[in-house]
Amino acid sequence: MTTTVTPLPVADVHRPPSGLAADLRAARIVCHRELLRWLKDRRRLAAGLVQPLLWLFVLGSGLSRVVNVGPGNVDFRTFLFPGVLATSVMFTAVFAGVSVVWDREFGFLREMLVAPIRRSSIMAGKCLGGAIVATSQAVVILALAGLCGVPYSPVLMLELLGVLFLASLSITAFGLLLGARVANIQSVMPVIQTVITPMMFLSGALYPTAGLPTWLALATKVNPVTYAVNPMRHVLFTHLDLTPAAAKVLDHQLTWGGWPVPFALQLVMLAALGLVAFAIAVRRFSKTD
Amino acid sequence: MDTEDRRPAAIRVENLQKRFGEVEAVCGVDFEVRAGETFGFLGPNGAGKSTTINMLCTLLRPTGGRAVVAGYDVATQRDDVRREIGLVFQDMTLDTYLSAAQNLRFHGQLYGVPAARLETRMQQVLELVGLWDRRDKDVSTFSGGMKRRLEIARGLLHSPRVLFLDEPTVGLDPQTRASIWEYLNELRHQEDLTIFLTTHYMDEAENCDRIAIMDAGRIVALDTPQALKAAIGTDRIRLETDDGAAAAAAINRNFGLEATSAGGALVLQVPDGERFVPKLLADLGVPVRSVSVTRPTLDDVFMTYTGRTIRDAEAAPGSEIPAMFRGRR
Repeated sequence: MTTTVTPLPVADVHRPPSGLAADLRAARIVCHRELLRWLKDRRRLAAGLVQPLLWLFVLGSGLSRVVNVGPGNVDFRTFLFPGVLATSVMFTAVFAGVSVVWDREFGFLREMLVAPIRRSSIMAGKCLGGAIVATSQAVVILALAGLCGVPYSPVLMLELLGVLFLASLSITAFGLLLGARVANIQSVMPVIQTVITPMMFLSGALYPTAGLPTWLALATKVNPVTYAVNPMRHVLFTHLDLTPAAAKVLDHQLTWGGWPVPFALQLVMLAALGLVAFAIAVRRFSKTD
Repeated sequence: MDTEDRRPAAIRVENLQKRFGEVEAVCGVDFEVRAGETFGFLGPNGAGKSTTINMLCTLLRPTGGRAVVAGYDVATQRDDVRREIGLVFQDMTLDTYLSAAQNLRFHGQLYGVPAARLETRMQQVLELVGLWDRRDKDVSTFSGGMKRRLEIARGLLHSPRVLFLDEPTVGLDPQTRASIWEYLNELRHQEDLTIFLTTHYMDEAENCDRIAIMDAGRIVALDTPQALKAAIGTDRIRLETDDGAAAAAAINRNFGLEATSAGGALVLQVPDGERFVPKLLADLGVPVRSVSVTRPTLDDVFMTYTGRTIRDAEAAPGSEIPAMFRGRR
């Protein structure tokens, strides 16, 4: 009698490599799904573009005749352009992150959570997908730069895209964090209204931050979105021929207690805020009973 | 089959426990599921079936005891367990925005099915559940039964050793339930697979090789459906005769059995009724108009072990445990 234990004839289950390679692979698969869903959803594609166009060409054109943005001859639409880019990216990215609430409600989150992969890879995939979606939508707005008096300089465009992508990543992570805390789909809109809309208004996306009342200036500085809007505006205005006086108002230097915050540090802040949001979101999704 | 007996158990559970705060949902269960068998977990809602299955699937951490699935410990080797099992939940977990094929491809990639094999495997499992023709259709256009079949196909895609089905037919109409079982029985023949399922439909439990009956967090009976029914013993014979009183007297005289009259017929309980009927007809001496034999059902089995029907058990207040893991979290 043979004592060998016959193993189950396992169909060739491939063992994916573990470690970082496996995590990245899983993130890429989750990201791919985000993109598939985005490409399928034409309404979401269109909706993502309506709002920025309204800002730029309705609000911008309407106000450009009465609003005089600082000294010099800068079109209000030119001033508004980076702010609208940031706003567009913000809403698209937050929604991409918050979509985890839909995943949860319709059960698909569970399909991802039970897979033999790390939860941080799932969340990273969602962030990456959201960032690609938000940046791609912004590219359409970038294409309209000329209509707003913004030059099509390749360097400017690349720099803007870089900042946009970083901002999208961080804001999607923030959306994920919101999604982790929101109990159901019905609560999503109220949360967007009470959290995201104030953040947009307090970021200086729609008005110059020079010479604001103290409370408003302070609110602007503690608002994470400011660290997405300000670098974008800085990138744009360094590529325009502004008089020093105009630059002082439009490309207003962000300060902490009188200390001018360097451009690079603003970007670091943006990335750091995103990482913190990401870490908290991952922790919340990793809880098991 | 000798070789089958020597294979290691697909699931081994020792004194498994789970408590949620004050509530003891699973109070120390022990059982073994053999490789290749279809094992049913039967019991009313709130009996602890889903909690147990969730622990076996590594979705809940046991608060005591031990469970080994496909050779891996569910508490300490979670990823290994996950790779070896397929899951079909009570609630739908498909992305309805995507097509059937896109859902499967996502799953196959996450579970590391090699790209070269993925497409052929997808065809295999989709053909198994009769959805190959609809692979490129969006899941949002699927009926409830089709979605459930697609989930079964997805659960099989990465060639798991154990397929867990938590209430696989809940919420489906009887016809769709029957068709799901046709597919499940088909796949038992095609795939070398252990199936672990929970149900509170008695008729579905009959499809299992063995059944554990769970009530209030404990396993109260575990055997084959036939053995469980046999343990209850008696078949019920219903007899219509021209003269009930004479027939009852004859039964008492010739067989030493008490027949009760119910609705113009006589009812008597005997073990192995089908073999008894010929003798009864030969020796009764009273003309018989009709005879029927009813075998005990799993409903009767459940009743015997718990003192309640499955419906009563569900209606009973206080038997509920927190509705864990349903969509939320």
